[in-house]
Amino acid sequence: MSNDTNSLLSVRGVHAAAGGKPILKGLDLEVKPGEVHAIMGPNGSGKSTLARVLTGHESAEVTAGEVLYKGQDLFELAPEERAREGMFLAFQYPVEIPGIANSTLLREGLNAIRDHRGESELDAIDFLQIARAKADILEMDHAMLSRAVNYGFSGGEKKRNEVLQMLVLEPTLAILDETDSGLDIDALKIVAKGVNALRAENRSFIVITHYQRLLDYIVPDVVHVLADGRIAKSGDKDLALELEAKGYAWLEEGANA
Amino acid sequence: MNAPEQIERTDKAALNPEIDDLTKRDYEWGFVTDIEQDSLPPGLDEGVIQFISAKKNEPEWMLEWRLKAYRHWLKMTEPTWALVDYPPIDYQAISYYAAPKSADDAPKSLDEVDPELLETYEKLGIPLEERAALAGVAVDAVFDSVSVATTFKDKLADLGIIFCSFSEAVQEHPELVKKYLGTVVPTTDNYFAALNSAVFSDGSFVFVPKGVRCPMELSTYFRINAANTGQFERTLIVAEEGAYVSYLEGCTAPMRDENQLHAAVVELVALDDAEIKYSTVQNWYPGDKDGKGGIYNFVTKRGACRGDRSKISWTQVETGSAITWKYPSCILQGDDSIGEFYSVALTNNRQQADTGTKMIHIGKNTRSTIISKGISAGHGQQTYRGAVKMLRGAENARNFSQCDSLLMGDKCGAHTFPYIDVKNPTAHLEHEASTSKIGEDQIFYLNQRGLDTEDAVNLIVNGFCKEVFRELPMEFAVEAQKLLSVSLEGAVG
Ligand SMILES: Nc1ncnc2c1ncn2[C@@H]1O[C@H](COP(=O)(O)OP(=O)(O)O)[C@@H](O)[C@H]1O
Ligand SMILES: [Mg+2]
Repeated sequence: MSNDTNSLLSVRGVHAAAGGKPILKGLDLEVKPGEVHAIMGPNGSGKSTLARVLTGHESAEVTAGEVLYKGQDLFELAPEERAREGMFLAFQYPVEIPGIANSTLLREGLNAIRDHRGESELDAIDFLQIARAKADILEMDHAMLSRAVNYGFSGGEKKRNEVLQMLVLEPTLAILDETDSGLDIDALKIVAKGVNALRAENRSFIVITHYQRLLDYIVPDVVHVLADGRIAKSGDKDLALELEAKGYAWLEEGANA
Repeated sequence: MNAPEQIERTDKAALNPEIDDLTKRDYEWGFVTDIEQDSLPPGLDEGVIQFISAKKNEPEWMLEWRLKAYRHWLKMTEPTWALVDYPPIDYQAISYYAAPKSADDAPKSLDEVDPELLETYEKLGIPLEERAALAGVAVDAVFDSVSVATTFKDKLADLGIIFCSFSEAVQEHPELVKKYLGTVVPTTDNYFAALNSAVFSDGSFVFVPKGVRCPMELSTYFRINAANTGQFERTLIVAEEGAYVSYLEGCTAPMRDENQLHAAVVELVALDDAEIKYSTVQNWYPGDKDGKGGIYNFVTKRGACRGDRSKISWTQVETGSAITWKYPSCILQGDDSIGEFYSVALTNNRQQADTGTKMIHIGKNTRSTIISKGISAGHGQQTYRGAVKMLRGAENARNFSQCDSLLMGDKCGAHTFPYIDVKNPTAHLEHEASTSKIGEDQIFYLNQRGLDTEDAVNLIVNGFCKEVFRELPMEFAVEAQKLLSVSLEGAVG
């Protein structure tokens, strides 16, 4: 893979450990503005670890390699600075935060990002208008905005709430970690609609998924397979179909061959 | 006060060798200079109590009241049931009287004040002129607080409201003090209350007459001499029929105090249809990271809803002190009376707090609400201890209790002891409790949405406390939020 200076994100030879155990073993990935990359791979292959490395979660310990984001050394930035620079993670397991209203979190987050960009903070009324319009896209009840963040939400509601936050925060690089798992087909279509509504020339996505199904609705530019701590294979959207048909074992055989 | 009485007191004082020495030493200047003595050497006996009483020019009944309390205290033992741990207190090592420091000893300007204290004031957003007053800079040199206080007092006097120091009340309104003092917290109530009754230094007195609604929040801040109430504070608030008063105690700025032991008593009396709202923000020195040097705060606060349809609400935000032992309570005697307790208590580093409330339902249709929010960080240890008692005559009494604990880190602790005693079958109680933890995952989630760790913690903590904060007067609530965030600085991450 080339070290393209036009990349939004360049992951170069990253090794990372979780709980002392090496998980990522020399991972490379180039994401250009406007691209949608899908990352697939068996359970435990390190997909979420990659998301944690990129967003700065301390449980993912980077032992080698570098990551450039917008041309700067990503590891120099604290997690909140990465967020303010437009990096967003839709968590595989969204965290419940009793006591903080969804709308409060969204407003604080959006204003932190706007502040970072030198834009004025939004007042409560303007903000609420934006938040409601985005909730409408996802067919979410406005009452969800005043509920505590993910607190007592069903699995599907949590996933949808992640996408709502993404729509409000309008990231430059959105990482979706198994946002489709646990969703029925209707919910999946709605989530895909939310993601597609955000697709733009200057915005990129890394879509981590287990199932080819999601990629029928969010059509990726590139599909990668993560195995044995590296990108074992990359291809176009047909790779996902092939994986679906043959299973990951096929790939591991190939990798070991 | 006449001369023979004074002489009689010196005689009593002579029974005690230490006071004896002292009076002998001072004798050459005569008795008058004796009571102008600025402080007493450490130690406690009847002579000391006589000295304090004489110093305050108190009437005989007040002295007798103090002595009775003292004699009872001698027979009591310090309680050990609270979940707090501190080295034994040597009551003979404490000095029980120190006159207010003169302006000569006070810092002359902010330049002479501990920079760390000033930094905290700045973080709390306390206006510059107030910082000086809080740090003990001679106030007149900074701003004219006396004139503010005087206009304030005139306004209240027009309505017949009495708001003055406790000592002043003993002189000016002895009949009212005599009528109500010790009727809610008897001198024999508990160890610390008995001690306070014997040696109390000063405090506040509020009397709101029948049908009067006090038009402003009463705050010790506006009371002249408020800064020097000492370590054994005594407060008495009486609201007559249909009266209303909201009282604010304390201050969000960390108060400097050289006295380690504080044992205050607060008594509230509400007659028919009266309402008293008592709000506290307590931020005494909690000690250093290892808990050294912090204040021990052993307080007895109790309100009597004596009249029908009366109401007493306690709202407290407790962030200071090394050790807190405090249970603001309500005796719901009048039919249809209401008691409320809203509390946020924070323990960080080595702080320990055993706090809660008692709601004693005596009258019919009495209702009580308890909302307790405990936050523990560092090695902080916190206990909620609440009792709800419904006596035989308390037909249709209702109680709702909610006790929530929030833990930060894994070295702190939270404990809950609800006691329930119901003697009337029509009584109805509801109790909810929860313990949650500010997890690193919550903080990371908020970081990932663009919030820095400090804002993330504040958002979680304020969310946790909002049911209590909304009971505080507006500007107090804003200060309380800031106070929590300053107190928790560095607790996570
Ligand atoms: N904090 C941690 N401590 C120990 N092991 C971890 C930790 N986080 C992840 N792992 C392990 O790392 C491996 C990769 O996990 P993960 O990246 O979550 O996989 P995926 O998302 O691909 O299913 C798994 O074996 C998992 O158990
Ligand atoms: Mg995963």
